[in-house]
Amino acid sequence: MKPALVISDRDNVATALEPLEAGRSIDAGGRLVVARELIPSGHKIALVDIQAGGAVVKYGSAIGTATSAIQAGAHVHTHNLSSSRGRGDLAAQRVAPEPGVRLAEPADERNGFDGSEAADD
Amino acid sequence: MTERPGFWGYRRPDGRVGVRNHVLVVPTVICASVVCERIASALPGVAVPLPHLAGCGQLGPDMHTTHETLAAYCQHPNVGAVLVVALGCEQVIAQTLAESAKRAGKPAQIVSIQGEGGTLRAIGKGRQMAEQLAAGIVSASREWCDATSLILSLKCGGSDYTSGLASNPALGRVADRLVALGGYAVLGEIAEIMGAEHVLAARATRPDVGRQLLRVIDRVEAEAMALGLDIRGTQPSPGNIRGGLTTIEEKSLGATEKGGERSPLVDVVPYAGRITRPGLTVMDTPGLDVESVTGMVAGGAQVVVFTTGLGTPTGNPVAPVVKITGNARTAQQMSDNIDLDVSGVIADTESLDDAAGRLFEEVLAVASGKLTTAESLGHREFAIHRRNPTI
Repeated sequence: MKPALVISDRDNVATALEPLEAGRSIDAGGRLVVARELIPSGHKIALVDIQAGGAVVKYGSAIGTATSAIQAGAHVHTHNLSSSRGRGDLAAQRVAPEPGVRLAEPADERNGFDGSEAADD
Repeated sequence: MTERPGFWGYRRPDGRVGVRNHVLVVPTVICASVVCERIASALPGVAVPLPHLAGCGQLGPDMHTTHETLAAYCQHPNVGAVLVVALGCEQVIAQTLAESAKRAGKPAQIVSIQGEGGTLRAIGKGRQMAEQLAAGIVSASREWCDATSLILSLKCGGSDYTSGLASNPALGRVADRLVALGGYAVLGEIAEIMGAEHVLAARATRPDVGRQLLRVIDRVEAEAMALGLDIRGTQPSPGNIRGGLTTIEEKSLGATEKGGERSPLVDVVPYAGRITRPGLTVMDTPGLDVESVTGMVAGGAQVVVFTTGLGTPTGNPVAPVVKITGNARTAQQMSDNIDLDVSGVIADTESLDDAAGRLFEEVLAVASGKLTTAESLGHREFAIHRRNPTI
């Protein structure tokens, strides 16, 4: 079994497939990294330094924002990574992930379903 | 010449194909649910009850959703005949449900608790009716049907890090294969597409379909935001977080692997809306597992594949639910709830393509009548989505 899995070349984290003890050096998809702390199985390890406010990338897409600077080899989880979506508590800072595809045109009227609350069909 | 993949199913008068042949005993309203269960219990293995909490005290869209969902189950191809159990004063109209079953070519009858004069008489009369309905359908035989008759519901629940790495991509490959043949797949749980919508929208066959998807995502996100709350209170769930998933985007990207890599996004439909276009459809369902599966089966899915990391037992009253996991520990510890173990993908002893091949065969076997663990254990959870308060 591989110690950790990288899904996309664009990712800056890998998923530990077994507990990685601090100081252990692993090959994650051809990239070498040393665990700075215990990474529980199934949790993420940073492959590179990620600055505070930077995107954490897995599956080739952003999975959220680093809430503090993350060093290569660190455990990446709720203590240093936060979602950018569905944050009513941060409503003023609402983030659209793909501004280019946000739309203003009316919905398809095929069956009256446009995804709005009033749609009844 | 290679034989096209297929299964042994029930051809219905309306042209749809069933993988089960139930007598569905459906209460119009919660008040008829116990009588419905007592009637169905007289014919185990043939009659299935559909107890639910709705049917009265609902207004506008919620009442509509309840009616549409119950009517869709009455028309479902896995159902051979329908017995409607009414109270007599409720909002959901028994005749409408019976008529919808008949329009799909299914025999249907109604028993009313107020009309018969109480619980005991209604159970007695209902059991007679259910027996008659069962006698009319039990001799129906299965015929060889092309795999493209299948609408496959793609579902995940109790996700952990193995879901996005093993079971979901394996299911995605099955969806891609079925869709490439000309079949249908449906993905729900809008909150769990949030953060991965760009992946699906890019595969939309028409601009309006991509727009519908983004609009639905926007609405769900706005609903969460309008409460002034942080969606992190529920997404990812505490179990997801223990399993290593940190954000909704991460969960969504892993969850969306179920939709495959190539299947075109052909439609976005409302909760319980009929799935009519070959390809991948997204249904506007909540993330709650049972409400989501209830809606996708109402849309016409005959088989559900449910991936799980941490393990979950739920099934559905009319559609078999196939449970697969990529977590070796769950496969062992919850073996009575797991149909297929793909943990070899994580252990590096099986390729994703091989795991997907086994899952595709399992889906066809289940469609031909093989019982799933959820069916064997009697799991038949059912819940109709509601948005508004009961009035």
